[in-house]
Parts: sequence; C-alpha cells; structure tokens
Amino acid sequence: MGRKLLIHNDHIPNIHTLDVYRAHGGYASVEKALKIMQPDQVTEEVKKSGLRGRGGAGFPTGMKWSFLAKPEGVPRYLVCNADESEPGTFKDRYLMEKIPHALIEGMITSSFALGAKQSYIYIRGEYFYVARILEAAIAEAYAAGWLGKNILGTDFSHDCSVQVGGGAYICGEETALLESLEGKRGNPRIKPPFPAVAGLWGCPTVVNNVETIAAVVPIVNMGGEEYAKIGVGKSTGTKLISASGHINKPGVYEIELGITVEEFIYGEEYCGGIRNGKKLKAVVAGGSSVPILPTELILKTAKGEPRLMTYESLSDGGFQTGTMLGSGGFIAMDEDTSIVKNLFTFSRFYHHESCGQCSPCREGTGWIEKILKKFLDGTANESDVDLLWDIQSKIEGKTICPLGEAAAWPVAAAIRHFKHEFLEIARNKKFTDISHYDRLNKLARV
Amino acid sequence: MGSQVHGAQKFDNAKRAEIKFSDEAMKIVETIISRYPEGKQKSALLPVLHVAQAEFGGWLSPETMDYVASILNIKPVEVFEVASFYTMYNLKPVGKCVLEVCQTSSCWLNGAEDIVKYIEKKLNIKVGETTKDGMFTLKVAECLGSCGTAPMLQCGASYHENLTYEKVDTILENYRAEGKLRSYTDLDYKNTL
Amino acid sequence: MKVTIDGITIDVPKGTTILQAARMIGPEVAPPTMCYYSKLKTSGGYCRTCIVKVTQGSAANPTPMPKPVASCRTEVMDGMVVENTINKDVLEARKGVVEFLLVNHPLDCPVCDQAGECSLQDLGYEHGAATSRYEFPRREFERIDIGKYVQLHMNRCIMCFRCVKVADQLTEKRVHGVMHRGDAAEISTYIENVIENDFSGNVIDVCPVGALTDKTFRFKSRVWFTKPVDASCDCKKCSGKVRLWMKGEDVLRVTARKDQWGEAEEFICNECRFDKKKTSDWKIEGPTKVDRHSVISQNHYNHLNELKVQVLKQQKALGFMDINKRP
Ligand SMILES: Cc1cc2nc3c(=O)[nH]c(=O)nc-3n(C[C@H](O)[C@H](O)[C@H](O)COP(=O)(O)O)c2cc1C
Ligand code: SF4
Ligand code: SF4
Ligand code: SF4
Ligand code: FES
Ligand code: FES
Repeated sequence: MGRKLLIHNDHIPNIHTLDVYRAHGGYASVEKALKIMQPDQVTEEVKKSGLRGRGGAGFPTGMKWSFLAKPEGVPRYLVCNADESEPGTFKDRYLMEKIPHALIEGMITSSFALGAKQSYIYIRGEYFYVARILEAAIAEAYAAGWLGKNILGTDFSHDCSVQVGGGAYICGEETALLESLEGKRGNPRIKPPFPAVAGLWGCPTVVNNVETIAAVVPIVNMGGEEYAKIGVGKSTGTKLISASGHINKPGVYEIELGITVEEFIYGEEYCGGIRNGKKLKAVVAGGSSVPILPTELILKTAKGEPRLMTYESLSDGGFQTGTMLGSGGFIAMDEDTSIVKNLFTFSRFYHHESCGQCSPCREGTGWIEKILKKFLDGTANESDVDLLWDIQSKIEGKTICPLGEAAAWPVAAAIRHFKHEFLEIARNKKFTDISHYDRLNKLARV
Repeated sequence: MGSQVHGAQKFDNAKRAEIKFSDEAMKIVETIISRYPEGKQKSALLPVLHVAQAEFGGWLSPETMDYVASILNIKPVEVFEVASFYTMYNLKPVGKCVLEVCQTSSCWLNGAEDIVKYIEKKLNIKVGETTKDGMFTLKVAECLGSCGTAPMLQCGASYHENLTYEKVDTILENYRAEGKLRSYTDLDYKNTL
Repeated sequence: MKVTIDGITIDVPKGTTILQAARMIGPEVAPPTMCYYSKLKTSGGYCRTCIVKVTQGSAANPTPMPKPVASCRTEVMDGMVVENTINKDVLEARKGVVEFLLVNHPLDCPVCDQAGECSLQDLGYEHGAATSRYEFPRREFERIDIGKYVQLHMNRCIMCFRCVKVADQLTEKRVHGVMHRGDAAEISTYIENVIENDFSGNVIDVCPVGALTDKTFRFKSRVWFTKPVDASCDCKKCSGKVRLWMKGEDVLRVTARKDQWGEAEEFICNECRFDKKKTSDWKIEGPTKVDRHSVISQNHYNHLNELKVQVLKQQKALGFMDINKRP
C-alpha cells in the first residue's frame, strides 16, 4: 500500500464535520504554523517539499509563493482554483466533498504564509452542492475560531469565502478565474503583469489548485524534507489521480508519485485492469489537453524503460513519444475505442469553451470540430488529415492563453499516433463506432 | 447557422417594475455582497445571477438582468455580457427541470449518447427542446467532473451518476411527481457519489 | 533602451512596446495591426496579426522567447532582438492568423462600405494566402441600426474590441458590448437599444472593417470617388479637426483625421461628424494626402534608409508582397 496524505481518512463516517476531522488530527498544521512558525518558514517548508502545482502546469509551489509581491499597505490574496473542468478530472470535487476541512485548513495555513487576510475559493458553478458543503464547513470553522479575528489568540486574522462560477472551463485559467471572481466575463488577461504582482482587483495574488493547497497541510505537519522523501526525483509527494474510461474500478486514487503506469492500470489497488477482459488501446494520462499515447508508449518509454507516474517519466520523449501528468485526469480506452471519435469529443469541448478573445482559438477550434465531424459522417478526405495538422499547428503558441495549445495538442497527438484510423475512414468513406454496441448492452443489462 | 437577429431582445418596462427579490432572497444577496471589499460589489454578479435565476422562473429575462444591475450598481450591458458568457444562465425560458447530460470523452466512452437518445425518445423531445407540459428541458453538457461515475446527468444542484436506462426512468418519474422548479441553488440536492 | 527589429537598431524609452518601436523605424518593419489602437487603453493583444519572433530576450538574458509574441502588448527590453518580416515562421504564422480572421468573414467587398479603406482587405492582400481552405457555411446576422447614425453589420466584425473600448473610455454609459463567447461571440446591445451620445460616432472610425458604418454615408458613394480634404471648425465638444469626404461641392461624410497607421489623430464629436454636412460649416485647410502606406520620406529616421533597403531585399527574397505596387 502506498502512503496517503490527503484522502487517507475518506472512509471515516462524518469526516466532513469539524469535530470528526479535528478528532483525526485536523487543523494541526494551523496550530503549528501560527504558534511556532514564521510565515516565511512555512514557505520554506513548502519549497523544501518540492511540491509542484497540482492544477496542471506543475510549477513549484514554494517558488510561486516567493514571487508574491509584498508592497506596504496593499492587501494580498490567496485564491483557490476549484474550477476543475478539464475532461477526465474529478479529484478536487472528491476531496472537497469528502473532506472539506482539508482544503479550508490548507487555505488558512497557506494564507498565513502569504500574509493574506482574505482568501476565496472559486468553485465551478456546476459543483454548487459542493460549494454548500464547503460553506457549511467554513461556518463551522468560524464558529470554532479557526477563521475570523485573531485565530488561536495570535494576531493573524483571516476570512475565507466561496464563490461559485457560472459554467466556463476557461475560468480554470488563473487570470480568467480572477476576472470571473471580479464579476466579469472569463476572458484570460494578457500577461504580464502576472497575478503575483497584479491579480485580484489589481492586488498581488497567488492562485493555487485545491489539491496543492490541501497538500500544504501534511507538508507543514511532517516537514518539507519528510514529504520530499516520497516520490521520485522532482516528483515528490502524493498525487490524486482521477481514473475513468474502460477500467474496472474508476475513481479517485491517491498514489505515491513514482509507481509504474502498469501497476496503476492493472494493480488491484488501483484501476484493476481493463473492463470485460478487453485490451488497452490508448491512454490520456493527464486530462484532455495532454497528448494521447498508444498502449506501447504509455506502459514503456521509447527507450523501453517502464513509464512511471511522475512528471518527468510521463513527459519522457517529449511530444514525439511522451505526454504529461497534467491535472491527473487518467482516461483509459479499450481496443474498440475510436480515437477519431474520442478526439471529436475533445475538440467539440474546446470549441465550446473558447472564450473568443483571440482569433486563432476562436476560429480554429470550431473549424477543427467541423472537420472532425466530416470524419464521423464519412465525408472526410485524406487531405483533411493534413489540414487538421496544419490548423492545429497554426493555433499552437499563437494565442493569449494556453487553451489554444490545449485544443491543438490532442489533435496533433491523435494524428501522430493514430493517423491510420483517420486515413481508413477517409478512404472507406465510412465511420462505424464499434464500441457503441458494447455500451448499449451494458446499459441495457443493468 | 442561419441568419440571426441579434441585439433585439424586447424590454418590457411594466414587467421590469414587477421584479423584486423576496426578503429571503435579498438577505442571501446581501450576504454574498458582503464577502467582497467596499466598492467591489460587482464581484457578486455571478452568484447573484444564480439566485436571480432560481427566484425568477429558472431563466434570466432582460428585465431580471436589468434589476440585478440596479442592485449591484453596474450597467445593464455588463450583466448581459456576463450572463451570456457562462453556460449555466438560461437566457430563454426553460422547463422546470433542466436535464444536462454530459457528452465528453469519459461519458461518451460509457454510453452518454445512448442516454441522450433514450431521454429524447422517452420525452419525445430533441436536445435543446422543452416538453409540452413545460416539465423538462434536455441539454447536453461538457465534462461535469463526474467522469469516474459516467454516464451522468445534472439537474439543478443534483448529480445523477452511473446512469442506466432504468435509473433514468426513476429520476424522471421522481421529478415529475415532485413537479417543482429545480435550480442550482437548491438545498435539497441529491448526489449519488 | 536599444532594440533591434529586422536588423535595424533603434533607441527607445522604457515602456515602449515592440510595435511602437517598429513604427518608429517605419512601415517596412512595422507589423500589421487589427485590434491595437494607440489612443485606446488596454487595446491590442486579441487579433494576433502583429505577432513577431523575439530571438533574443534582452542583453541580460539573451534566450529567445519560446513562442511568438504580440508585438503590440510586449514591451521591449534593452538589447532585445526581434524578427518580423525577415522571419519565415512569422510570415507563415501571420498567414494562419489571416486565414482564421477570414473563417467567418464574408469578404463581400464589392458591396461593402469599407472597401478601399479596410484594414482587413489590406491585410488579406499583404499577408494572406490566395484562397481559403474553409469550406463550411459562415455565420450570418441581420444588419441592424443602433441609433440614427450607426449601422452594425455583425457578419464583418473581427472582434477587435476597439468599439467597446471607445464606449468605455470616451462615453459615459456604455450600452453595447460583447455577448456570448467563442465563435458565437458578437457585438451587440442585447436589448433593443441605441448607441447615442456625444462621442459614439467614433466607433465607426476605430472599426477596422465594415462592421460599424456611418448610416448617413451608406451607399452615397464609393470611397475612391470621394475627395478627402482636411477641415476644421470651432467646436465646444471636440477639437473640430476633421476630414471631409467631398464629391464636388457636397460633403458626403465627415471623419476623424487618420494618421499613417489608420488611426484617428483626435476623436471627434457626433455634431461635427453627423450634423455639419455643409461646406459652410467648415474652414477648409486643404486636400489630404492619402498615404496610409506612405514610406521613408515621412519619418524622422532617415539615417535608417539604407538598412531598410536591405530589409526590403530580404523581404523580397521571402516572397513578401509590396503594398505600394498593388495592381
Ligand atoms: C484553459 C485552462 C484551464 C485550467 N483549468 C484549471 C482548473 O480547472 N483547475 C486548476 O487548478 N488549474 C487549472 N488551470 C491551471 C491554472 O491556470 C493555474 O496554473 C493553476 O490554478 C495554478 O495552481 P497550481 O500551481 O496549484 O497548480 C487551467 C489552465 C488553463 C490554461
Ligand atoms: S486562447 Fe482561446 S480561451 Fe485563451 S484567450 Fe484566446 S480565445 Fe480565449
Ligand atoms: S470589411 Fe473589408 S474585407 Fe470585409 S467585406 Fe468589407 S471591405 Fe471586404
Ligand atoms: S464592430 Fe468593428 S470595432 Fe467593434 S469589435 Fe467588431 S470589428 Fe472591432
Ligand atoms: S466526461 Fe462526463 S463528467 Fe467528465
Ligand atoms: S494588433 Fe497586436 S494582437 Fe491585434
């Protein structure tokens, strides 16, 4: 059994309540930080831990915190990114729903480190009921003195509130999130300035993912060095993986970074193998934005080494033969899956979610979707594959925010590794979704 | 895409005069506004629009949005811009229960398309339409963070997961029996995680 | 601060953007712009036509920037080296941007009021590919009147957001804005409304395409049959410095005076623009030189001419079209 630091208590009845959470060691990090540590010491521990942002980009959290501008007399903010909308990702929801206090505790400890008197949890609107759970937990925390004025009798005061979004994936991008938090359209800002200098209402702001903030709790409790002992190389600690698709046991798993991909897919402790005795065809390892890999390349790197669940190993080989850990949205597809159709669902998604500010993403995402639809209709030509390739290459790197890349990469990867599927449809002028029947049977059976 | 007429939503002054939050809703709105520093009340716009949508029939009419603008002391066009950006705000009347079926990858891999077809047939409507009795509107949605429990649909605040045809039958029957407007802000949500 | 653009080095003050520096050098190296407008705060960054390659970030940190950057929103650093017209990748990327801009654009120039003074027409000609590979139906809107004076033809809008910034920055109460998102985004008032206040007419001048046009001028004449003259009047609301578009003795249209980059030199009020349509309303200063793509002689950096000749040669080698030799 791997070590668990975030959701090890998820099976305990009523762990969502303050009393039970507290009885299982909750809020110890707040006590430790506020009573015996200086804010910079907390940041130092986070640096030592090697914690990297769990929202997708994997930027070292301690370093991000140390970039925060601290001008006199200007408030600073911590904003938690709970927008979780990357297809295949549902770990933050699980954590917040099951153990809301784990996030709130992390918010308090992190805010202490950053000197933030106010923090916000921006949660996607569709998770309205999770926002209720968080709000109930926050109310408990206020009542018990974990939030509010002079926490634990120290001179640290902190307020934390939840804001629900209105339904837009792009609000997961941190500057779009800040715009949305200010009550505006979720248009990403043009950077610089970065939020660390001018974020929420123009004030210095740190934006971190739910899991990143929750991980600060064990880091403060056990010390950064201890935390860094878990994992491999620069991938330290544990990571929540959302597993879905054609696996026997979909769900949220906390893994020690460094287990093999093979163990994760086939191990009984994790996904438990592919459903219905089918063979694995391909995996999207880190949410819809990251390149899809065929079985050979997801289980082993191009050099033939076992692929590990770490930032480095998953990206080994670059985009030619590798992928990314991303947000940890792990989607496994069996041998009957049409890669073209899967790509279509992704491209439809990005088209739907483009904010429309910059021309390549606004016009390119819709164009890609329309061409892919031709494949599903059996009207595509072979030249459409080249056109898709060209369009994605003209979006990538030319946009305001990384959604452009996120829309381009899946197209490039699907063509790179599964070009034959596109060509076959184009040549036969016919598309059949063979996995369809299995799904129907399954649905009818239950 | 056919030719669209835009910028021509009718605005009814008489209707506008009738719109007012209940005391209860107004209290919630005030609480939301109090979460932001002085002068930053515009930040409350998204949550307040959710309250307004629940309060005024499940959708945001131009009059409702104008009212929200007046409460937050911002220009009406700022509200129109925001409300039309996000997917959760209905700019046209909808049924009492809006069924949003996720259609993205993991849900598709697990039969979301069949669920959509099943509901279409059962309710005799197409995606985007509302049943004649005004009970249900069927929509498709993009990943709702329920991929491990796919296929799924959302109705108001409730997540319905690991769907089967039978489960869909039960869900629809229950909503129909209940017969009430379902909103994201509902407190009596059911989720099956 | 020293910055080198296409091999030409220039000294600029701190805070200058790459685009501004390039414009100081001259039109040969200045990237095309569709959304940036020097007189509007926070404009630029959206259309991506002005992208350039930074091959050296600064003298202190010479690493190249990994992606092309929007020159209109990127400030120069001391020792920065930028490639625009001499970089094949930039030209190819720009061609891509032009193609994207035309994905939902009707290109009905023969019936468009903007023809002859349209930034998109110029852009397509200078930087675009000969044909579009987009084969699907384009989005279509009804054209609508927003007030007595302005007509909005949304089909042609390229979402540069300039008109929204004009309304925000020049007028008291903005009533139009951006509705919806992605490729469904549109400029609109949402409810039936009119855009009318003292400075609203400026949205016509800033619109780079034929999406917002002067209703009082519509179809009166094609631009190239009118003669522009600079004129002025005593106006309490604005500077009164305008350009009259005349046909014989008739004033067909009044606009702001536009500079070399197609930008209004000074914004004008609606009274000057829409109400003063008699020659007697104006003091005529003389004919305007139409020199939107005017060259070298105009600017202050004459010592750079020789280098420019070099640049032009390199551009030619890359198959770059010369706008001055337009057929
Ligand atoms: C289009 C887009 C969507 C994103 N969505 C999310 C998201 O849902 N949740 C998240 O934590 N980060 C998301 N990110 C990453 C954030 O921009 C940001 O990097 C992150 O919140 C930083 O937190 P971290 O350092 O703790 O990971 C997204 C980025 C982009 C470009
Ligand atoms: S890349 Fe797409 S989502 Fe990002 S700013 Fe541009 S249009 Fe908006
Ligand atoms: S806006 Fe410009 S490119 Fe478009 S139709 Fe009019 S003249 Fe032609
Ligand atoms: S109407 Fe004209 S000025 Fe306004 S956004 Fe569209 S193209 Fe730009
Ligand atoms: S793909 Fe349907 S909930 Fe994520
Ligand atoms: S002019 Fe620079 S991005 Fe449009």
